Amino acid sequence: MTRDRIYEKMTEIFRDVFDDESIVLSDETTADDIEDWDSLEQINLLMAIENNFGIKFRLADVSGLENVGAMVDLVQRLVG
Amino acid sequence: MSVLSYPFDNAYILQKKKSIKRELLTKSSFVDKKVAILSGSTIGEIKNILELFLLDYDIKPEFLVGGYNRYFEELMFDDGTLSSFAPDYIYIHTTFKNIENLPNPDDTPEEVKLKLDKEFAKYKAVCEKALSYGSIVIVNNFEYPFYRVYGSKDAVVPQGAVNFTTRLNLMIADYVDTKANLYLNDINYLSSLVGIDNWFNLENYYLYKYAVSVNHIPDLCFGIAKIIKSTLGKNKKSIVLDLDNTLWKGVIGDDGVEGIKIGIEEPAGYSFWEFQSYLKKMSKLGIMLNVCSKNEEKIAKQGFTDRKESALAVDDFICFKANWEPKSVNIANIAKEINIGEDSFVFIDDNPAEREIVRQSLPAVTVPEVTCPEDYIKSIDRAGYFEITAFTKDDAKRNEMYKQNAARAAQENSFADYTDYLLSLDMSSDIGPFNTAHSERITQLINKTNQFNFTTRRYTRAEIDEIISDTDNYISVHANLVDKFGDNGITTCLIASVEGTNANIDLWVMSCRVFKRHLEYAVFDELVKECISKGVKTITAKWIGTAKNVIIKDFYETIGFECTLDTESEKSYIFNIPDNYEKKNKVIKMNRI
Repeated sequence: MTRDRIYEKMTEIFRDVFDDESIVLSDETTADDIEDWDSLEQINLLMAIENNFGIKFRLADVSGLENVGAMVDLVQRLVG
Repeated sequence: MSVLSYPFDNAYILQKKKSIKRELLTKSSFVDKKVAILSGSTIGEIKNILELFLLDYDIKPEFLVGGYNRYFEELMFDDGTLSSFAPDYIYIHTTFKNIENLPNPDDTPEEVKLKLDKEFAKYKAVCEKALSYGSIVIVNNFEYPFYRVYGSKDAVVPQGAVNFTTRLNLMIADYVDTKANLYLNDINYLSSLVGIDNWFNLENYYLYKYAVSVNHIPDLCFGIAKIIKSTLGKNKKSIVLDLDNTLWKGVIGDDGVEGIKIGIEEPAGYSFWEFQSYLKKMSKLGIMLNVCSKNEEKIAKQGFTDRKESALAVDDFICFKANWEPKSVNIANIAKEINIGEDSFVFIDDNPAEREIVRQSLPAVTVPEVTCPEDYIKSIDRAGYFEITAFTKDDAKRNEMYKQNAARAAQENSFADYTDYLLSLDMSSDIGPFNTAHSERITQLINKTNQFNFTTRRYTRAEIDEIISDTDNYISVHANLVDKFGDNGITTCLIASVEGTNANIDLWVMSCRVFKRHLEYAVFDELVKECISKGVKTITAKWIGTAKNVIIKDFYETIGFECTLDTESEKSYIFNIPDNYEKKNKVIKMNRI
């Protein structure tokens, strides 16, 4: 899957989870940039990403996901 | 159908929860309830998702969420937080991970027994304490563990965690069954529906201490919400069923009575037979079954009388409408005949066009999307329309009572004078203050009656018990009604609070099937008598309008009250008790209990 396509779907997920249509993502976007992005929402994001891309994160995958770029890298690795 | 109706999409709900909530909040009327969620593991999304399901049932929750894994301390050693919150509901979110005394392979059977007793004692103490807050308490039982050191033998030996969990769950079931206001959310069943590996997600647990996978939090919360709405009288009461390709395979008018398929001899007939058997069991719980089918009545009935393989019989239905009228008209007539609201019905029809017409013309009726016959049972069962939280003797008899009502209606038509008709019914009634033996039925009646209900105030069992014991400040009246056609059970109750020389009617409900039988007069006579004995001179009362109680808007005027405030939505009244009060009921023989 192309990085652009992953970004497209990720943006939709972020907009749904935070109920904010104005969210625009970049590799550098972190929890500091989105007000409601706390640890509770982090897992909601991860579950939504799993469900949308049909992938499953293992324990080792999800520690140290510091920004959206790292998330996109991970998705790209798992979906191939 | 809402996105929260069964079969819902867990992932969709989780991802869209905020916009779903926004949408739900645009609804017009809610009942407010306070819900405390106490934690045995991460609560997180449970609060948010439970909120959605409650809003969908028109219940607006205010939450108190306990600290992480602090349920025991917060309940047992309340620092005032919980008691001052005064929850209507307490949900204790414990799971297998909260079992503290799990057995080990090197335990003797006696040691395991001690552990089991200890674990159960703790569980019980927590429940008792939670109930002492006067709340309705919802607890989980335990799901099975994700590993079994003994393999299958884990279910056999006392040292096995599977065996231990099974025993503990049975002890819990026996205990919950004896306790009023305590309800079990069966996560052992819910987890088996989705599979243990799906229910308990190791990554979710190690990372965030979610003992229920985030993906299955909607299933968990739906289970809790169904119990809550049921305790608030929001269950459905009746099912309206199509016949052809709904209760049997085939079209009886075309295929003939021998041509339709029903019974266990072949696959197609089997699924319909099983559906009929399911419905038969539901009817034994007091769920009223009706037929609404485009058919000739005589031919339609042959599907039951001439096909002995049918699990249902014509007698199992209250109303049998087999004609060529539009189904919406038939359903509206059924609602009138058995005197329950259209919102108490679930309509099952295999034909999507018929479903759509009923949805359009009778929006209050619930019309599940039923697809293939083998899923009919699930579409009713999993949706929880009839989630049973209380089951009384009257429920078991309800079908009988509604049939008797139809017989009464037939007799009523043969009398010119209404009083003559009432006298012909040979009515008698046991009347008296609330008592503990009847408090479950009284609570149920109060919480599910919507039409003859002046204030629509709801009471918990604990509040009813309080009223029973506080006879200085409360007058309570409950009564049954028996006539020559049968026993209607306890059908009315009234609560008045006494202050000085005034008594205010806080609540008065009556099952609509006995309204206008002069039992309302008898109850008022009883209230006046109690007032006189307490030195009360005046009775005040209110009618608070809802979508459903317009039928009694002007009732108090008819028994001699003076209206002191009269608006569209609310009326206030006063009644001065005369020295020579003459009893209004002259047709029912009363026995005081």
